[in-house]
Amino acid sequence: MSLTREQMAQRVAQELQDGFYVNLGIGIPTLVANYVPKNMAVMLQSENGLLGMGEFPTEETIDADMINAGKQTVTTVKGASIFSSAESFAMIRGGHVDLTVLGAFEVDVNGNIASWMIPNKLIKGMGGAMDLVAGAENIIVTMTHASKDGESKLLSNCSLPLTGKGCIKKVLTDLAWLEIENGTFVLKERAPGVSVEEIIEKTQGKLIVPDHVPEMTFVSL
Amino acid sequence: MAGFDKVVASYEEAMIGLEDDMTVLAGGFGLCGIPENLIAEIKRKGTKGLTVVSNNCGVDGFGLGILLEDKQVRKMVSSYVGENALFEKQLLNGELEVELTPQGTLAEKMRAGGAGIPAFYTATGVGTPVAEGKETKEFNGREYLLEEAIIGDFAIVKGWKADRYGNVIYRHTAQNFNPLAATAGKITVVEVEEIVEIGELDPAHIHTPGIYVDRVVLGTFEKRIEKRTVKTAE
Repeated sequence: MSLTREQMAQRVAQELQDGFYVNLGIGIPTLVANYVPKNMAVMLQSENGLLGMGEFPTEETIDADMINAGKQTVTTVKGASIFSSAESFAMIRGGHVDLTVLGAFEVDVNGNIASWMIPNKLIKGMGGAMDLVAGAENIIVTMTHASKDGESKLLSNCSLPLTGKGCIKKVLTDLAWLEIENGTFVLKERAPGVSVEEIIEKTQGKLIVPDHVPEMTFVSL
Repeated sequence: MAGFDKVVASYEEAMIGLEDDMTVLAGGFGLCGIPENLIAEIKRKGTKGLTVVSNNCGVDGFGLGILLEDKQVRKMVSSYVGENALFEKQLLNGELEVELTPQGTLAEKMRAGGAGIPAFYTATGVGTPVAEGKETKEFNGREYLLEEAIIGDFAIVKGWKADRYGNVIYRHTAQNFNPLAATAGKITVVEVEEIVEIGELDPAHIHTPGIYVDRVVLGTFEKRIEKRTVKTAE
């Protein structure tokens, strides 16, 4: 079975470490916040200028001046800080954020990522994505392995305009955990019940498959 | 007006000198911390041909979106747009030009503009459509892109409190691009919720020192919420 969105978030959460500053993109990455292991302190960075994002407010505490980068109303955790957009991107571009998780349309064997622009469709903009992929050392891309039409999103060369060049090393799809090493995808783990053959079939870019590919494990919280 | 007193009595006075074809930098992120009344004053004045530098372009009927209604904007420099149908229509018609700029690069362009730095190198955008036509240079084995600073004829800023000397503090995440825009305007106008006497704000807690600010005006704010999210009862 391919992973659900919640399971993908759970798998990404296994990469968190105590004391990490983390930027989570919109969509599946946002769900990662729900699976931070207990007894682990993680601080969420939101690129509109917030370090230490908390949960959604109540109807009583909602505040138009307190939003996240997805423009949702949020709260702060104890120990949070708020700053300007330039300060926020100094953190991101200066490599101070420990982990960045974001979605994509395509990733290729050279670590290129395309996530913002589909030609001939309305382009809304890259927001902070280009800064995040260029600035972060540790990035996890979350996306489905193939499109609804069955087209692979793990390519030898991205077909869409790039968000960043040579910056992706880790990809979690609904089928597999892969890493990018020396111009190839390496299959590290597969979703429970998903065969290596299915992953090979749905990966267009060069893929190295080790002799043993373990299934992902999920611990209930 | 005497000495360092920056307070003006009206929005009309606050925007004196704004002319057609000028460049206006605006603070705000989404609808959070936008100078909503200064934008409304630009609409009232009917100034046209504007280049507006702002992370977003408001929504239909609120924020910078209202400047599209009478086609006052010639060009937007933004990182993310298209939350408004009118924007999309004018873009597709060719009535509106848009220069999409990565969010961190946009912030740094304003910061650099205000700090007298004409251009800077960044890794952001290398190998992407953003890099087209731009100079690149290698530092320590990595390729960087040369991005030019931005200066505005006007900067329009939303603060929380200001004193009469134009020292400003922002409230929560309504800070965002505001202090950067404030530094990079030839004329910087700040609208605030409260004007306090000098000495009331702690000097160490000032976000925007008054040296950057030309005019301060007192307003009342709708503060519309773009995406209202609340905790569901458990």
